[in-house]
Amino acid sequence: MSNHEYTPKSKIGKWFNDRLPLLTLANHLTDYPTPKNLNYWWTFGGILTFCLITQIVTGVILGMHYIAHADLAFESVEHIMRDVNYGWLIRYVHANGASMFFLAVYIHIFRALYYGSYKSPREVIWIIGMLIYFLMMATAFMGYVLPWGQMSFWGATVITNLFSAIPLVGESITNWLWGGYSVDNPTLTRFFSLHYLFPFLILGLVVLHIWALHVPGNNNPIGIDIEKPSKDTVPFHPYIVIKDLFALLIFLLVFAFFVFFSPNILGHADNYIEANPLVTPAHIVPEWYLLPFYAILRSVPDKLLGVIAMFAAIFVLVILPWLDTSKVRSAIFRPIYKQFYWFLVADVLILGYMGAMPAEGTYLLIARVATIYYFAHFLIILPFLGLKEKTIELPLNITEPVLGGSANPEMTKNNSNIRSNL
Amino acid sequence: MSDSDKKKPNRRDFILTATAAAGAVGVGAAVWPLVDQMNPDASVKALASTEVDISSIEPGQSITVLWRGKPVFIKRRTEDEIKSARAVDLKDLKHPEKDEDRAKNPEWLVMLGVCTHLGCVPLTDKGDYNAWFCPCHGSHYDTSGRIRKGPAPTNMEVPKYEFVNNNTIKIG
Amino acid sequence: MKNFFKIIFFSILLVNLGNQKLYAETSIELLKVDWSFKSFFGKFDRASLQRGYQVYTEVCASCHSLKHLSYRNLAEKGGPEFSEEEAKAIASNFEVIDGPNSDGEMYERPAKLSDKFVMPYANEEEAKSANGGAYPPDMSVLVKARKGGADYIYSLLLGYEDPPSGMKLDDGVYYNKYMYGNKIKMASPLSDDIVEYADGTKATTDQMAKDVVTFLMWTAEPHLEARHKTGFRVIIYLLILTVLVYFSMKRIWSSIESKV
Repeated sequence: MSNHEYTPKSKIGKWFNDRLPLLTLANHLTDYPTPKNLNYWWTFGGILTFCLITQIVTGVILGMHYIAHADLAFESVEHIMRDVNYGWLIRYVHANGASMFFLAVYIHIFRALYYGSYKSPREVIWIIGMLIYFLMMATAFMGYVLPWGQMSFWGATVITNLFSAIPLVGESITNWLWGGYSVDNPTLTRFFSLHYLFPFLILGLVVLHIWALHVPGNNNPIGIDIEKPSKDTVPFHPYIVIKDLFALLIFLLVFAFFVFFSPNILGHADNYIEANPLVTPAHIVPEWYLLPFYAILRSVPDKLLGVIAMFAAIFVLVILPWLDTSKVRSAIFRPIYKQFYWFLVADVLILGYMGAMPAEGTYLLIARVATIYYFAHFLIILPFLGLKEKTIELPLNITEPVLGGSANPEMTKNNSNIRSNL
Repeated sequence: MSDSDKKKPNRRDFILTATAAAGAVGVGAAVWPLVDQMNPDASVKALASTEVDISSIEPGQSITVLWRGKPVFIKRRTEDEIKSARAVDLKDLKHPEKDEDRAKNPEWLVMLGVCTHLGCVPLTDKGDYNAWFCPCHGSHYDTSGRIRKGPAPTNMEVPKYEFVNNNTIKIG
Repeated sequence: MKNFFKIIFFSILLVNLGNQKLYAETSIELLKVDWSFKSFFGKFDRASLQRGYQVYTEVCASCHSLKHLSYRNLAEKGGPEFSEEEAKAIASNFEVIDGPNSDGEMYERPAKLSDKFVMPYANEEEAKSANGGAYPPDMSVLVKARKGGADYIYSLLLGYEDPPSGMKLDDGVYYNKYMYGNKIKMASPLSDDIVEYADGTKATTDQMAKDVVTFLMWTAEPHLEARHKTGFRVIIYLLILTVLVYFSMKRIWSSIESKV
């Protein structure tokens, strides 16, 4: 776990490594010094990597059997579900995998918000992360169109119509997106193509995300910089690998429960009705993971402003590192921010709930208040809080007991003994 | 990594080995569906047998029909062709098979029209035996569809078939 | 560990919330049936599936297609499991259009196991014109295509009532208390003894509704039994591996004073 140059032991390894330093990279990844006080909220990076790979593998397989044609798509999905060997399993893993992916990404994002992981020097990691999140939403949306059920069709219609809000060129843009005058076969085939492409873009961004992470190293629950790597960190392998694996297995238990025992509960019944351009379902709702944004969209009475608000809700996250003025990262030492953090969590959950309700009466009113609060949190509360808040004194290093108690010298000593052995 | 790794090797090795072994079993089990999905699926396996009307085929003529995506040759052989096919000494054959076994009803030869070399479709009434000849790499087949000359290793395959009545053959 | 329960709790909360919407507005309580295919080990009742197929053919099939099913499915494992001969005999009752033959003409022949279920109407327009403008939906995945699933279809079949006073119904429109908007263009399809079960079961309306819904659950989810069985094994395996990994983790981290 030292920073000195790595030399492979075997001759052939050295020969290869001199030409392409893959072994150096592998060595860097296994030895990567990770703060030893990371809690389980930090295991979702590994879980997300697993989700992405699962989605790509099952997706490539589904692509072998799926037919991207308006007349055949629905039938080909049924063919997968009925006739293809284990087709039902692969499709249910892919469909529920999308939900699990978003579940994990939301936890990952809210972990970053709580512990201030987006702050200097990790702004680039955060921005790449937001790009990944944005691409995930686009990918999931297009993937949901592919079965060509009623929700696929009308979801695609509603979302692509967002672009018609753009003044002057709106209609040209929607026609361009559709390849026609409505959502139809050309739309389906291009969505399939892009749905196949985007995950690989995401994969590329994930590599950058991890690269950018490995430059400053991980943040940690205490949120202070690691002063002595030899004392405060453990090598990624085996310590973090096994811990991530444990968390992944718990996650897989939840995942398996959905896949095998309620595979359709996260979807909409209407999507088992073949797309029909003449009949709109009584109640159009996007997938659960898009609901908060959908609520923001609907709570603005003006079409264009609604669309702007929705995209702004994502953009405001991108510039978050500069909105939060506090120098202290972790919410543990920010008593007031901590309260506001939980308000924000509640606010987003409320928005999600309102996104699923009809946009009328009390629901609409609550959604509007929640939307205003959402923006207020980032644009007003965070900048002011950073200047005014009186934070709790930070410990000197991450091994010092956090709340109250004093550092235990005995422990520190033992600890340094062990570390010196590494 | 550290000394303590080496201190109690037995228990440690046991739990780690057991975990790794259990994990490997799980990965293997998870990979199988991903592989098996490429095998012929239920609808392909169930694909029906093909029934062919042979009433209009004259002696010496042959037709080609599609079965499971492959051509099947159905040839109504002349007396001479049957005679020459049955006169061959099995010792002369690369893949010895009696014509009697290949064509239960000597007048009718039914076989997959796929060269056993690399899967091309042989031409009819061509080659050294005036029977079948594969243009891809020059395999010559006789009037029983047996390989006589060229790179193909075996005779053309006879599929499962039966005569439903005098005018109809059911393949598969 | 405590953290972990928090995470799980949080996850379940989030997912449930996303889900709430599906059931939030079902105003009327559906009739609940204790289906044999529910629960972790749920399986289909074979006899009920076979009776359900009979109800489908004799009652529903004149208007509703099952276009994603093939006759071979009737003999497949996890379904009604008719014998192959029985399934062949069933198929041969139907005429399908095949061709073109060597003269370039289409011709009719008895259906085979590999054929898809024959549809009552050639296309949606014909179906509509024969049914007063209402399209009798394909029933292959109907159970999955309705909120409430099996309970909903069952309730609907038994939900025909006289309209409340003051409600005017057009000709060919019926009142059903479970239907969205309460108006349905399908007349009550079931009445006692309209089919005669071969196994001697009494063909009450309730019995037929249960049987046909069981059958439709199978048509929508033909691999349900395999799914439950595999799922049970996967969960058991994951639990064992989780325990093993937990102890491995404890051992690996035993040299570090930080807790995991």
